[in-house]
Amino acid sequence: MINPGINNAEILIIGGGPAGLCAAKAAAELGAHVIICERDRFLGGQLVKQTHKFFGSEKQSAGKRGIWIGENLTKEIEENENIVVLKNAAVVGYYEDGVVGVMQNNTFIKIKPEKTIIATGAAEKFLVFPGNSLPGVYGAGAVQTLMNVSGVKPANRVLMVGSGNIGLIVAYQLKQAGVEIAAVVEAAPQVGGFLVHASKIRRGGIPVLTRHTIVKAYGKDQVEGAVICKLDETGNPIPGTEQDIECDVICLAVGLTPLTEICAQAECDLKYIKELSGHVPIVDENLQTTTNGVYVAGDITGVEEASSAMVEGRLAGYAAAESLNYGLEKAPALKEEAREELRELRAGPMGLTILKGMEKLNAEGGHVHANLNRYSE
Amino acid sequence: MRIKDHPILDFERNEKITFTYNGQSIEAYANESIAAALHASGIRVFGHGVKLHQPRGLFCAIGNCSSCFMTVDGVPNVRICTTYPEEGMVVEEQVGRGVAWSD
Repeated sequence: MINPGINNAEILIIGGGPAGLCAAKAAAELGAHVIICERDRFLGGQLVKQTHKFFGSEKQSAGKRGIWIGENLTKEIEENENIVVLKNAAVVGYYEDGVVGVMQNNTFIKIKPEKTIIATGAAEKFLVFPGNSLPGVYGAGAVQTLMNVSGVKPANRVLMVGSGNIGLIVAYQLKQAGVEIAAVVEAAPQVGGFLVHASKIRRGGIPVLTRHTIVKAYGKDQVEGAVICKLDETGNPIPGTEQDIECDVICLAVGLTPLTEICAQAECDLKYIKELSGHVPIVDENLQTTTNGVYVAGDITGVEEASSAMVEGRLAGYAAAESLNYGLEKAPALKEEAREELRELRAGPMGLTILKGMEKLNAEGGHVHANLNRYSE
Repeated sequence: MRIKDHPILDFERNEKITFTYNGQSIEAYANESIAAALHASGIRVFGHGVKLHQPRGLFCAIGNCSSCFMTVDGVPNVRICTTYPEEGMVVEEQVGRGVAWSD
C-alpha cells in the first residue's frame, strides 16, 4: 500500500498514543481513511505502562487500568479496515508543500495528507542540580518503562523528586516492583497530586517531604546518593538542613512539556503558556491549529491526563473527518459530546490550571511563535 | 535484575535472545529494549559525553532524548531505549558523535 513516491492520504495521524488512537477511531467511524505513524514498535503510547486504574466517568473507561485501555484500543484500531498503521515509523519532517516525511526501518516514506492530526504527546522535564547528568538520574516515565514494560527492576532504592500524580503513582508502582523508596520530595508546601495517591504511599510507609528539594546527586560513575534540604517560605534552601539520602536512582517527576516540533515545522502559531506546560499551538473549537487542515490532540495541546487526551483525540478525529465531508449529519453532535466530556473532566480542582491556561491561549496578545524552523523566507 | 513476582503484571520470558555489548554476551527477552536488557545485566553507564567525557545513562526511555545513543551493528546514534535486540546483534558504546554510514 505504501509506495516509493508520494503517498496520498485523507487523514494522517502522527503518534499512536491515547490521543492519536482515539482520533483514528473517531475519523474512521465517520468513514474517513486514516494512516497512523507510530515511532515505537507498538501502539498505545504511554498507556502500555499505566498499571493504575483511571479516574473520570465510564465513557473514559474509568476504573480500568491504563494498560488494559491501551490493549483494547490497539485491537480495535488494528481490526479497522479504514485505518493503516505504520509502526517503527518516526515522522521526521513536515515540508512546505504539505508532504510529511517518515522514516520506517531505514526507508524514507513520503505522505501527502489532506488533513493531519498531530498527537505527539509530551516529553519529561529536566531539573538543574549538580550531578544531574550521572547515570541513575532518570525521568519517572523511564523508570515506569523499565519496570512495567520490560519487567526490569530499575533500582534498589529511589529518591523521588516531585509529588504530582506521576511522582506519587510511580513511587507506588516502584514499591509494587519490590523497590525501596527513600522519600518523595516536593518543593511546594503541599502535595501536588491527588490525595488518594498520596495517602496510598504514606500508608506504605514512604515519607512525603513537602518544602524539600534535591541539592545534588553524587557518585563516582553513577548515582550513589543524593543530598536534600528544606526550603523556607520563599522557596530558598535553609542552610544546615541538608540530609544525605542513600539511593541508586533519582527519579525526576517534575512535569512534562508538549512536543510541538512538528507543529512548528507546519508553521502553526505557538504560544508559551505556563499553565499548559510549555509552547502550545493556538487552536479553534475543533482543535484545528492556525495552519489549515492541521489538528492537534492530547498532551501537545497542554499537558493533562490520558483521559482528556482520548477525548481530545475523538474531537479532532470527528472534526478532521467532517472537514472532508464524512458524517456531516452525525459529526456536530459527536463533537459537542466530546467537548462536554472535556468540560466535565476539567471541572475538578486540577482542571482549574488547564482552564486558566486555555483562557490565556485564547486571549489576544502574548508572544506568538511561528516559523521556528525556517532558516530564511 | 528482573522482576519475578508482580501483583498486576506478568512478564513473558519464553524466548531468549543473545547479543553482545562491547564484546560481552548479554541475554535479553521479548519486551526488553537493548537499554532494558543492559540494565537487567547491571550495566547502566551507556556512554560518555562528547565534550566532558562524563558518564551518561538513560533518561527518557521512550525515544525522545539522546542520552542512550549507541552504535548498533555499525550504525551510530541509535536510541537503544526503543531498539530491540536481535540474535547476534553487535552493540557498542559510541565514542564521539558518530559518522554517516552507507549500506
